[in-house]
Amino acid sequence: MTVTEEATQALVGTSAPRKEDARLLTGQGSFVDDITIPGMVWMAVVRSPYAHARIRGVDLTKAHAAEGVVAAFSGAELADDWTAPLPMAWPVTEDINNPSHYALAADKARYAGDGVAVVVAESRGLAQDAAELVEVDYEPLQAVTDVEAALADGAPIVHDEFGTNRCYTWPLAGGEDVDALFAEAEVTVEERYRQQRLIPNPMEPRGVIASTVPATGEVTLYTSSQIPHIARVTLALGTGVPESKLRVIAPDVGGGFGSKLQVYPEEALAIVLARRTGLPVKWIEERTENALATHHGRDMIQEIALAATAEGKITAVRVRLTVSMGAYLMIITPGTPLLGAWVYGGAYDIKGYSFECSGVFTNQTPTDAYRGAGRPEATYAIERAVDALARKLDKDPVELRRLNLISEFPHDLASGLTVDSGDYHATLDRALEMLDYDGFRREQAERRERGDTKQLGVGFSTYLEMCGLAPSRILGALRYVAGGWEAATIRFLPTGTVQVLTGTTPHGQSHDTTFAQVVADRLGVGYDEIEVLHGDTSVVPLGMDTYGSRSLAIGIAALCSATDKIVAKAQRIAAHGLEVAEADLEYEAGTFRVRGTDRTMTVKEAAFAAWHAHDLPDGLEPALEETAVYDPSVFSWPGGTHIAVVEVDTETGVANLVRYVAVDDVGTVINPQVVDGQVHGGITQGVAQALYEEAVYDENGTLVTGSLVDYLVPSAAELPSYELDRTVTQSPNHPLGAKGVGETGTIAATPAVVNAVLDALAPYGVTDIDMPASPERVWRAIQEARS
Amino acid sequence: MRQIALTVNGERHEADVEPRELLVYFLRERLGLTGTHVGCDTSSCGACTVLLDGESVNSCTLLAVQADGGDVTTIEGLAEHGQLHPVQQAFHEQHALQCGYCTPGFVMATVSLLREQPDPTEAEIRKALEGNLCRCTGYVNIVKAVQQSAAAV
Repeated sequence: MTVTEEATQALVGTSAPRKEDARLLTGQGSFVDDITIPGMVWMAVVRSPYAHARIRGVDLTKAHAAEGVVAAFSGAELADDWTAPLPMAWPVTEDINNPSHYALAADKARYAGDGVAVVVAESRGLAQDAAELVEVDYEPLQAVTDVEAALADGAPIVHDEFGTNRCYTWPLAGGEDVDALFAEAEVTVEERYRQQRLIPNPMEPRGVIASTVPATGEVTLYTSSQIPHIARVTLALGTGVPESKLRVIAPDVGGGFGSKLQVYPEEALAIVLARRTGLPVKWIEERTENALATHHGRDMIQEIALAATAEGKITAVRVRLTVSMGAYLMIITPGTPLLGAWVYGGAYDIKGYSFECSGVFTNQTPTDAYRGAGRPEATYAIERAVDALARKLDKDPVELRRLNLISEFPHDLASGLTVDSGDYHATLDRALEMLDYDGFRREQAERRERGDTKQLGVGFSTYLEMCGLAPSRILGALRYVAGGWEAATIRFLPTGTVQVLTGTTPHGQSHDTTFAQVVADRLGVGYDEIEVLHGDTSVVPLGMDTYGSRSLAIGIAALCSATDKIVAKAQRIAAHGLEVAEADLEYEAGTFRVRGTDRTMTVKEAAFAAWHAHDLPDGLEPALEETAVYDPSVFSWPGGTHIAVVEVDTETGVANLVRYVAVDDVGTVINPQVVDGQVHGGITQGVAQALYEEAVYDENGTLVTGSLVDYLVPSAAELPSYELDRTVTQSPNHPLGAKGVGETGTIAATPAVVNAVLDALAPYGVTDIDMPASPERVWRAIQEARS
Repeated sequence: MRQIALTVNGERHEADVEPRELLVYFLRERLGLTGTHVGCDTSSCGACTVLLDGESVNSCTLLAVQADGGDVTTIEGLAEHGQLHPVQQAFHEQHALQCGYCTPGFVMATVSLLREQPDPTEAEIRKALEGNLCRCTGYVNIVKAVQQSAAAV
């Protein structure tokens, strides 16, 4: 055996062609809805049309009698099927109000879309028809859909047992005394922002199939999920199916963005209904159901204050959040806003920091992680507040940022964590150069001077991000119940091809490609000879799944440890085969060479020797397969500068994004094309929050943006092509020097765009606007400022 | 039940369908052509785009009976002799897909676009693809892929 030619080429750092594409481009992908199991029946969930209503009775008579119906149950009838409530894995404080949440509501519906009954029938259509025949006797109650109203005296109470809608209050403080810094500040700004509620809307709605072997009690669950491993643990606890008998498979998953980082009622229901009927049970979410029943993101009131010197040096940041939990606590609902708790000081060198977050129940779809999860909110608040300070001091926003950017690393944040590396000035310099800042300001001044109806604005976001969730010890200290480690296995097959198992679970991020690039380089195996396996708990038993930009930051770190173990074992075999001491061998890209000679053995040859095991060193186990589990010691810290340019039509209020410059520093880049793709998509979701998207509820708590007709996910027609570049500051804490990249765009983009809109409106004296900055809001802001 | 006859990816099919059966479910569940996806149920996202007599249509808002006598091409019918269609090849080379769920719709919409406008500008591409939504790519690489396809077709 010899090392193939491509194996000698370095793949890390190149845009290796995606392994995922061949099947996805030809219609040969396998998403949950593409899977059919013989004998399969369909589930439909009956959902409350009321945001808040007591359930006086559920009459299933007509549903039972309907054509093709196999079974139908109310929430009360399934009460004994559960061995635990649905999981809530982050009780952020000791005194948190944590309601028991089951897959179907039995006493009260607490949001429009809350499941109250379920029907199983022979086809999708028959299940939906029968669901319509379920008669629920509701006593409608007053609903509350605003966090501040929910905390007011006399507000309707979402969970009666608590007597309050307050879920928890969580504080954090660090650095110098914040009150003292504010007292001695020469300038302060106090701002209040609203993070509107967002609907994640992955293009593939959720879907589930649960299939059992009644004789053994084994259950296989196919689910469109980011977290099959976490789902297995928690669904075993909740349904009583032994974890050893529960196999969870996430096949091709059509986007997640945090919304599939969840364990949902429908997954639990499909399992218990498959167990009760003995039939495979399938459920596919419709888009309107997705809007109601898949968790939402953001939704908070942010109060942020900056203390500064007259020159503009920021000394302290004080933050208070009031966050909608929605009606229930899902898997990390309470902790999601806290993922931003350490970074409301942004990329700025401040002395004192204080933060307080209160979670509040409302009669709305539960909130939870949505791309960036807490950190886009934090970045929005600090980046807008910095612009507010610049306005107050009449300073250029770039100049003010330069004065305050962290410039030495490692840097201890006043909030208590340490940023390991970065170069924020370098990204700002490069981004300004790409923009031609002076040229832009000239054109802007000309348009202002001539009273052009199309005004230009520029907005900045010099962000840092904390990702790569997460060191297990820190998670434990924060009362999160699981760890943050990740596992990888590398398995040489006898023919020399390689299986790579990762406990991370992709849904568009190109794991098959990038993980193979790393292994190809480190083991000298051809890229085409490597298969990356994931998303099936029986194939990959160990894993913590994909969220929080952790697959590269932690999953690939684990992969590097596994390659090291493979090389170490292969080296023993090679030394034995070449009849030299291990120390006499040098290793490069898959080949061991006796120093100073041309005598070699490849890792593949060692793998074959390990398999036939005819002549291994004494005591060495046959086979070449290694597993490594990696627990990070620190978070991953990408950073960069994003600049948005908008053109606002002052007569119609339409704000168009016309240019977008992004310079990110994500350390070592494994696949530039993949990284660009992550940044493009991330930016788009951030722009969407700034200009287009908002989940709107009416006064009764009805979601009025429940379809893609009403909820404006932007199309290509609304957006420009983005201008990207990178600087590279390697992480000293990652084996490849890499940092997470999945969320950077979303974290950076929203404030850049809103700051640009406000910059365009500066001549009119507009200093604030709510998101999304829709034509109506922009137009009204101009009119109000004029009058 | 209504009897229909139509050609799908060059193959003739006759079937009895319920008048309410949507074309997308006829393709997916009767013919097993699961490459055409359902994303929204409101003709907003274009994931279900197929060609009917050469024109792109949303198969989730078209009844199977409306396709009676028609010639349908789905994503499965695009590659020939194991060779990706130039549009598929361009999407691959430009990294114009991530999760891949919206991709069949974008590819079919692009095939249709380039038949009508063989050399579109970026603005024309963006306008023409307004009916297709992607949540992963931000459309940047999709636009590049369409440009590459235009050059290749």
